[in-house]
Formats: sequence, C-alpha cells, structure tokens
Amino acid sequence: MSYDKRFDGRELNELRPIRAKTGVVKNAVGSAMFEIGKTKAIAAVYGPRELHPKHLQNPSCGRLRCNYNMLAFSGSGDRVRPGPSRRSKEISYVTELALSPVLDLSAFPKTVVDVFIELVQTDAGTRCAGICAASMALADAGFRMKDLVCAVSVGVVGDTPVVDLCYDEEAYEDGAVDIPVAMMPRSGKITLLQLDGDLSKEKFEEALSMAREACNKIYEVQKKALKERYKESSQ
Amino acid sequence: MGEILVKEKDIVAPGDIMTTGMDFIPADGAIRDGENIVAAQLGIADVKGRLVKVIPLNGVYIPKRDDIVIGRVIDMTFSSWFVNVRYAYDAVLSLKDASSDFIERGADLSAYFAIGDAVVAKVSNVNKSMAIDITMKGPGLRKLTTGTIVEITPQKIPRVVGKQGSMISMIKEHTGCQIIAAQNGRVWISGKDAKDERLAIKAIKFIEDNAHKSGLTDKVKEFLTQGASQ
Repeated sequence: MSYDKRFDGRELNELRPIRAKTGVVKNAVGSAMFEIGKTKAIAAVYGPRELHPKHLQNPSCGRLRCNYNMLAFSGSGDRVRPGPSRRSKEISYVTELALSPVLDLSAFPKTVVDVFIELVQTDAGTRCAGICAASMALADAGFRMKDLVCAVSVGVVGDTPVVDLCYDEEAYEDGAVDIPVAMMPRSGKITLLQLDGDLSKEKFEEALSMAREACNKIYEVQKKALKERYKESSQ
Repeated sequence: MGEILVKEKDIVAPGDIMTTGMDFIPADGAIRDGENIVAAQLGIADVKGRLVKVIPLNGVYIPKRDDIVIGRVIDMTFSSWFVNVRYAYDAVLSLKDASSDFIERGADLSAYFAIGDAVVAKVSNVNKSMAIDITMKGPGLRKLTTGTIVEITPQKIPRVVGKQGSMISMIKEHTGCQIIAAQNGRVWISGKDAKDERLAIKAIKFIEDNAHKSGLTDKVKEFLTQGASQ
C-alpha cells in the first residue's frame, strides 16, 4: 500500500505550522523559540566565556559549544531521561557542525560561546527545530554570521517523499526514511545531512529538492521573527 | 550599476542582501559575497555614500584600544590587579599604570585598589589574542567610591551618550547626577540622593529599551519630566 494521504492531512511538501520568537530568555545574551507542529525548541546563547579545559581553546577564534536536551516528559511516550546520552551528545555535536560554517567568532579568541537547546515538547524533527532556534538565538545575540541556518527533516514514507515528518510518519509500519537537512539558504550550501535507511537515488534527490524549498520557507519565518522584536513596539 | 536594496533604518538580519554591484564597500557588520553586500549581523542598515554597514542592536563587549571602561577589581598579585571589564578574560592593570606614586617594594597594594573596588579605566592595549591592558593614567580615570553602576547592552552606549553628548547631558541636567557611560556597557551614576539616582537609572534603562526608535531625545525628555514630577 502506498502512502499518498498524510496522517495529518497535509500536502506532501507542506510544513507543519511554524511559530518563532526571539528574546524569550531574558538572562541570556540572545535567545529564540522555534515551534514546528508539536515540536518546540528553545535556544539560549551565553558567553563568550573563558574556555576550560584549556587545551580546547583556539588562540585564533572562539569555539561554539551546543547542548541539546530533551525534557523528561517532552515526548508522547515514556519518560525520556534528560541530560547527556549517546543520542543527545551526537545531536549536540552535529548542531555545532551545522552552525559553525556561518558563525564568525574571530573577535573572541580562546573563548567559548554556549548554546543551550531545550526541547520542551517533541514530535519528530527535534534536531532541525533545535538548529533553527539556535541559529536565530545566535543572530539575536548579535554575533556575526554570514547567513542564518535553516533546517527541516524530509523523508520517504512508504514510497512517498514528504517534507517535515511527524512522529507517526517516522514510525510508519512499511518503513520510513528520515533525512534531517540543514542549509544556508542564500548559498544553498548544506551544513547537515543525515540519513538512516534504504532508498533509491531518485527518491533521495526528490526529497532533497523538497528540503531546499521548505528551508526557504523557514528562512522567511526566521528573518521575520528576528526583526519582529525590534518592530512591534516602534512608534 | 549597483543598486541599494534596503531603506535607511531598515532592520536587517544576517544573510539579507543590502546592495548589489561592486560600487559599494562593506564596512562594520556587512560582508561582500560575490557582487552583493550582505548583512552579517542583526541590526539597522546604514548606507552612507559608498559605505554599507550594519549598526548592531545587541551584542557583547569587544574591547578596543582607548575605550573607557568601568571595571571591578577581582584579584591582585604583587605587581598588578585583575579587573573584570565584561569580557571573557580579565584585564590587567599593572602597577606602573595604576599610580604615579613611588611604591616601595612589598608595599600593601590594596591601599591603592582592593578586591571589589570599581574603577574607571582606559584600555591601553589589546593584543591579537585579546589580552587586555588597562591604565589609570588619564583625565577622569579613577576609583569609584560612591554611586551606582548599571549594566546595559554595550551597543546602546552611543544612544545613551547621544550626539555630542546631548542625551547624557540632558539626563545630568534633569537629575543633577554625575554620570559616566563607559564603552563596556556599564554606566556609573552618582547623585545627591537616591531618588535622583533612581530616576537617572530608569532613564538609562528606558533608552536601552527604546534605542532602535527615532526621536528618542524627545521621548527621554518627556520621560524625565514625568518622572521628576512624580
């Protein structure tokens, strides 16, 4: 049986409803909330600070350190154990790699900039929501960036390429392939691409071009949210 | 022929294309990407002649030579003090930059500056790896013994000071306080009584919250007269 009608009635290339806001954590240098469907991420940026242990310091530029964390009852299943795990460490690391190509920390040698990403509620696509929130939070903090980073997960459910999978689609019984993609929208360069599963080259390319299209939509939302904070109250 | 894609005072996000063509030159907060000039920071677009730049709205303090900073002494050695100036690493105030007195070997340095003291100092040198040296030698540089220090976003200090110091002198006049606005985003306020100081602090916070708006001087004036009558 082919998957041609999506569980939540969306078009194949339709994203879940997105809400984004910056300045949500007052004590942080910069912060952002990014919500896509039932997945909600909050990112807060702190620093630059002194970096320890010392051997991690880079004398020519600052270091980006991300921390991805899911809250205990953020999923709809069992309690997830928060804090570092194999999975959260991996995601923290790929988030760093996805964001560092745009970020310019050369003004802060030997320091670290911390980004804490908390997943308050999850329904698949958490690392992508986390990357979107983190890139907005870094921009909100006033760091120099070549571009923002937009991320979305695409996939092949059954035999159908779709955009922005929800948890039910990810767990589709006839098999689903999930491909989180992060990119710099202006140049179209990809900064994160993970793939776990089995699919043909054609399907992969189809999914990837859908991801590019979806990222551009997310980019507009991110830019709007960044500017909104300074617009709403003006005059 | 190049084209300007942003309006004056537009808010731009990183990645926004500001101008096209090679006629323009990127300055602070903007970068060249092929033929275009792109914003590299969240801020207000500013195109002056051929120079394209972004005035940042938020950020952390990046020390520069000759900046006036307000710092707090957090540690000392036998020949220097370590001063927090709101950067990741502490600034060093060495003995020869601290005082022109003759200081005998083994003298008690806390007589000059003790841990916890606040000082107005000048950044005398910043090297490539951002090791910061500060000096107390210069007009107006001294230990702060009275008053209150408030912290605001360093990028908003130019708004607090205003054109040729218009804003800060207005606050001084209205409240009768002495004010020092340092480049690292710390503002020292000292008035005859606490009520004046509170009004000045409120005015400075008001400027911080409304820094991106136009006609700020008039708004602050209104704010001060209202506050003074209460």
